Amino acid sequence: MTDPSDVRTAVADAHRRGWALALAATARVARDLDLAEECVQEAYAAALVSWVRDGIPKTPVAWLTTIAKRRAMDAVRREQVFRSKLPLLVESEAMEPEEFAPEEFAANEMAGEPAPHQPAAGEPAAGEPALGEPGDDVVPDERLRLIFLCCHPALAQDAQMALTLRLVCGVSTRDIARTFLLSEPTMAARMTRAKKKITAARIPYRVPGAAELPDRLSAVLGVIHLLFTTGHTAPSGAALVRSDLVDQALHLARMLRELMPDEREVWGLLALLLVTDARRATRVDTQGRLLRLEEQDRSRWDRAAIAEAHDLIVDGLRGGRPGRYVLQAAIASLYAEAPAYEQTDWPQILTLYDELLRIWPSPVVALNRTVAMARVHGPMRALAEVEELERAGQLAGYHYLPAVKADLLRRLGRTNDAALAYRQALELAQNDAERDFLAARLAERLAGPDHP
Amino acid sequence: MKYVLMFVETEEFAERFRTMSPAERGQAFARVDRWLAEYADKIGNGAKLASPETATTVRLDGAEPIITDGPFVEGKEIVSGFLEIEVADLDEALRMVRDWPGCPIVEIRPPEAMER
Repeated sequence: MTDPSDVRTAVADAHRRGWALALAATARVARDLDLAEECVQEAYAAALVSWVRDGIPKTPVAWLTTIAKRRAMDAVRREQVFRSKLPLLVESEAMEPEEFAPEEFAANEMAGEPAPHQPAAGEPAAGEPALGEPGDDVVPDERLRLIFLCCHPALAQDAQMALTLRLVCGVSTRDIARTFLLSEPTMAARMTRAKKKITAARIPYRVPGAAELPDRLSAVLGVIHLLFTTGHTAPSGAALVRSDLVDQALHLARMLRELMPDEREVWGLLALLLVTDARRATRVDTQGRLLRLEEQDRSRWDRAAIAEAHDLIVDGLRGGRPGRYVLQAAIASLYAEAPAYEQTDWPQILTLYDELLRIWPSPVVALNRTVAMARVHGPMRALAEVEELERAGQLAGYHYLPAVKADLLRRLGRTNDAALAYRQALELAQNDAERDFLAARLAERLAGPDHP
Repeated sequence: MKYVLMFVETEEFAERFRTMSPAERGQAFARVDRWLAEYADKIGNGAKLASPETATTVRLDGAEPIITDGPFVEGKEIVSGFLEIEVADLDEALRMVRDWPGCPIVEIRPPEAMER
């Protein structure tokens, strides 16, 4: 007998580390995402009982993968007639014939279930994350296919995020629904629709080829970044940060870096998330009020995360023109590494923004650039650029524009105009912490004398 | 795996096409012909449809069938043709459509799987 609380810890750990691997390997056998999900779920449930009785296996993820795959193969065999009518999730050439060899089913079949902790003969530690070692697979890693499947551009972006959380991270549908402030049936229906489309429109379960890779990889990076920003500043609701989403996004970025170790934009994304999240503890005060960068206690920033990001960025800036995530990370890192806000290297930040705007001409980037510009060339010139962006109209409804404008007007001593802009920003902001922040700035304006 | 490509024209596209010189128009047709030739082994049935003014729509959801002149949606975007293609999966269909040199919108949809 093993202590049930040790088993719970081991299962939770295997869930975090191994869900994606177990699911990806099982999906290939099951040729159906719902069946694969069900089998992996059952394997984790079986582990809770079996590991108490037989001890925690040496390779928990391999154990879980073996059980889940075996269940999937059983189901496939039972429902062969039915399933043969469904389009295959996996191209047949990717199937290994031995996956369906009868020996596969023989071991442990008699014992009933669950299997002992050693993987059965004929079933090598298929699920163990033995990266770099020749596995039972020619493709880089099963998890990579799963990630590219979930983030396929033929799926709606909210479905991409939900599927990634469910299938790659193993978050329950209920928790995903709560995260996106939707009812569980609504979220479940949305995911079912996406999975049906994967099957019916035959979205392939594979890592895209070299020609498509840059586009498809940027879609994957976009989904991870969006999960992070959704968690980092929750778009609505009471709390500023939803740490579960932030943690999942970091987990995904680390997984992707392990799976695609040569992609500089993957390093850039991981660095950007690390350096942004390093300030998590200081972004709000004890009352939950949003603090400006210059008001935050830099001694409480996560120096280890900032240092890790720094190394990724240094590598990412080498060897050819950097991509948008490396540049964004480099900018965020310069802010984070300054010993004090006043000592931020503004000219360097402005140079990086110029480069970023050239490869990614987004009005949001242009707006952020004006903040650095105000420091280098003064608020007057920055205000002119903000007003130009306002006239262009692409940022209508984006509350950071009037917020940036208000700050510049305040620094120019135009109190009434600043108050007006804060009011506009307040009308557009949805997050309570951000609304409180803007309301406080507005109150300062109305109180009269300028505040530094 | 079979897909149907539905080609959709916009007003701007039709206008641009109308104002082309004969030589430009010839080049546009040649580009489409090259595309058709390149993917000939994947292309099945299909047709370019005549202009929407030639369409007649029958509505059967009332008490009596109602016959009207024109396409079923009065919009700026008009289905102008369709093609059946046979490719491995959606990614291959997307690769083909990415190179399409004609009208500005293409919808890719699989026919419903025959279950009976």
